[in-house]
Amino acid sequence: MATIGVASLPIVLITVAFSGAVLALYMAQIVVKWGLGSFTGAVVGLSIAREIGPVLTSVVVAARVGSAIGAEIGSMKVTEQIDALRALAVSPVQYLVVPRLLAGVVMLPVLTIFGDVIGIIGAYWVAVVNGVAGGGFVSSLKAQVMPYDVMMGLVKTIVFGIVIVAVGAQQGLQTSGGATGVGKSTTNSVVISIVIIYILNFFLAYVMFGGKTAFL
Amino acid sequence: MISVKQLSYRVGSSSILRRIDLHVRKGETMAVMGMSGAGKSTLLKCMGGLLRPTGGQLLIDGIDIARMNESQLDDVRRRIGMVFQYAALFDSLDVYENVAFGLRRHTNLKESEIADLVQERLAMVGLADTQRKMPSELSGGMQKRVGLARALALNPDIVLYDEPTAGLDPITAATIADLIVKTRDELGVTSVLVTHDIQSIIRVASRIAMIHRGRIIASGSVEEMEQCEDATVRQFMDGDTQGPIKIG
Repeated sequence: MATIGVASLPIVLITVAFSGAVLALYMAQIVVKWGLGSFTGAVVGLSIAREIGPVLTSVVVAARVGSAIGAEIGSMKVTEQIDALRALAVSPVQYLVVPRLLAGVVMLPVLTIFGDVIGIIGAYWVAVVNGVAGGGFVSSLKAQVMPYDVMMGLVKTIVFGIVIVAVGAQQGLQTSGGATGVGKSTTNSVVISIVIIYILNFFLAYVMFGGKTAFL
Repeated sequence: MISVKQLSYRVGSSSILRRIDLHVRKGETMAVMGMSGAGKSTLLKCMGGLLRPTGGQLLIDGIDIARMNESQLDDVRRRIGMVFQYAALFDSLDVYENVAFGLRRHTNLKESEIADLVQERLAMVGLADTQRKMPSELSGGMQKRVGLARALALNPDIVLYDEPTAGLDPITAATIADLIVKTRDELGVTSVLVTHDIQSIIRVASRIAMIHRGRIIASGSVEEMEQCEDATVRQFMDGDTQGPIKIG
């Protein structure tokens, strides 16, 4: 939990905060010209709650933790530690994968909540600096971002958490060929889980948000 | 105790083990020798339930483990201690935790009783004062001795050794070989070791089998094998570069 959650928090905060900020920067430049500055809060809020928060948090965790899982289990595989576990009548899946899976499923949503909050703070700051009224930002955010949006964003991260750990563990347990094999498993853990996250994200978004609000 | 009957192991189109027959009696130390890539470690991993044979039978006390499911195999594995070629100690755990690993998972012993057993096993391999060291702080020989202590922690009936002396200096190799004998004598375990270290084989083995290209080509007592006329066995035991075994 500490490795997946606490240790990932700083990079999640930085990534989501600046992504929210840059989104608000582009939004503000356009909508202020049209006199629609207050919509910035709604658009940025929905984007962060539904997509930027969950997806960026998951991508960061895939890069940081998925790679570590692939490398650690892969190293254990090539040094026969996985065989040693089995020889001691301990299932590698139960001993190595299940605890990481639980940590992923619990910590991804927690990290995403922090990411969502800091992302909106970053967006608010940049929007206000670029001429959007703070009150309008907050009121449009409150009016358009529903608890459903936030909750479904968090549900997505549970799925992504499973993907990250399952792919990392599967790649690790399939490792062969010494240090080269470990490197390959590490890379594959990140690449495959990020690709799956992006593809799954589309279908989850389609099911969760397809035609639900007037915005998207 | 262990009967291997017509055992085969294939990976794709490649046959690693070809209809192996081998019998290991209770309490004896069987050494399986052969060239690198001959199939020794594969045979040992089949015996330990780590690889599933693709044909034949592998009987332990008359029960075929080759067709068991994972849960049934776990019951068998608890009776078998395995010592790996490079020790395979869990590198995130210290020596004490490595040796206590199986005890914590498969017994209801109190921590104080586990501590006593760990101490006893580490003392047996001459490493009583290394409990809080990490595997990376130990030499190769020490790691193998800790691996033996871990394998013995659950009081196995059978101990399988994969290249127990490979990569060690002659004195450390002899120390490990003596430990294998001591383990057999003090605990009465049945041992199977695969190795190409003739000196260690002569020191520890009750009987020897030679595996070549996935087949057992000869077996017998140490004396019988030393007198064996088979050209392949002779070349291997004499370490001769000329003969039926070709390198490369």
